[in-house]
Amino acid sequence: MKKVKIAGIVDEPGSTVKNKTGGWRTKKPVRDVKKCIKCMKCWLFCPDICIDENIITDYDYCKGCGICAEVCPVKCIKMEDEEK
Amino acid sequence: MKIILEASQAVAEAVKACNVEVVSIYPITPQTHIVETVADFIDNGEMNAEVIYAESEHSMFSAAAGASAAGARSFTASSSQGLALGFEILGMISGMRLPVVAAVANRALSSPINIWNDHSDTMSIKDAGWIQLYVESAQEAFDTTVQAFKIAEETLIPVMVCLDGFTLSHVTEPLELENVSSFVGKYKGKYILDPKKPLLMGPVATPASYMEIKEVQQKDMLDSKKVVKKIHEEYKKKYKRGYGDGLIEIYNLKGKKKALILMGSAVGTARVVSDEEKDFGVIKLKCFRPFPEEELKKICKDIEEIAVIDRSLSFGQDSAVYTEVKKCLPDKKISSFIGGLGGRDITKKTIKDAVKQIGKGGQIWLK
Repeated sequence: MKKVKIAGIVDEPGSTVKNKTGGWRTKKPVRDVKKCIKCMKCWLFCPDICIDENIITDYDYCKGCGICAEVCPVKCIKMEDEEK
Repeated sequence: MKIILEASQAVAEAVKACNVEVVSIYPITPQTHIVETVADFIDNGEMNAEVIYAESEHSMFSAAAGASAAGARSFTASSSQGLALGFEILGMISGMRLPVVAAVANRALSSPINIWNDHSDTMSIKDAGWIQLYVESAQEAFDTTVQAFKIAEETLIPVMVCLDGFTLSHVTEPLELENVSSFVGKYKGKYILDPKKPLLMGPVATPASYMEIKEVQQKDMLDSKKVVKKIHEEYKKKYKRGYGDGLIEIYNLKGKKKALILMGSAVGTARVVSDEEKDFGVIKLKCFRPFPEEELKKICKDIEEIAVIDRSLSFGQDSAVYTEVKKCLPDKKISSFIGGLGGRDITKKTIKDAVKQIGKGGQIWLK
């Protein structure tokens, strides 16, 4: 049996770091680096702060909402099916 | 020394004797005498506890949860519609493993409006994760409420003490009160909210962990039978009074082929009829959740025919007690009886009617 704490209590800090919520994703944003004009719109709009200043996506926490692909002015981000 | 009290007052006396620290209150018939008496104790200085007057039962159970989470021994009480309104919080209290004790003066559910006794309120929340103990007398209400605090605090499972509305809650009986302060001890919560040692209770559990958390809860609930028995035994040893093994009590069952299974105050009537008729024994289910499956199987080894009287309905299927008993004893002849709904008395005649019709099959209404 997987080890869980009674009633799911959280009694130490850092649980959100350990809990890799990227696993919820069904679509994955993939950027075409050659087409990208580095306007930083995706970085600005990502609701989960999952795109850093070098436009690298943190797949541990990205939930695949697709906002980055939506706001990209040159459409260089494609939402690809997550393989599981 | 024997004194005379209502079962409601007996519960209140137990709450006082157990040094409860927070009592959340919202009135509802027939429960009100319980919290009224507790409020009196606090007002006249006999009891040192915080009272929270809530604006609904939803808030009342929430306040009980909060107090318990903060490390206080906490008690509340309700009935019928109130319990139904508090339903959401009942699952949160048990899910958060808070050792709250609640007394429920059993009353029929609306509609039609009916303030009298049956078990439809507590039966409808049998799956909410609370230990449910049904009592037969004012004395048992006192003894069981005391044990409830110990059981809850050892298992981290909330306990509901169910007493029949009016038949027990408003009827005076002689009983003994005990000084149980040292028996229950001081409550020291294992997981409590403390700014010096931060803790998050009731967080989100994703599909990755929810099942495992519930699996632990289910295992602990099944294991709690042992604790219910153990604490009943300790109490019995100390105060020389017990009720079977704390889960089930039997009466006149030795050598009998027929048995009547029921819960609550009607057991008393069944005892009298059993004494007179001598052709059946009585099985009182004291603990309905967790269900004493193994214990029941053992007790019924030589029994051939069983009548179960349910004081609640499950619309569209057989009632709760019958269903559980049938599940435990699939090879026995068991008949399902519905009786005592909405305060209809279960008289000696009702009991005789049930025993007479043992083995008839179908759902038989005792009117």
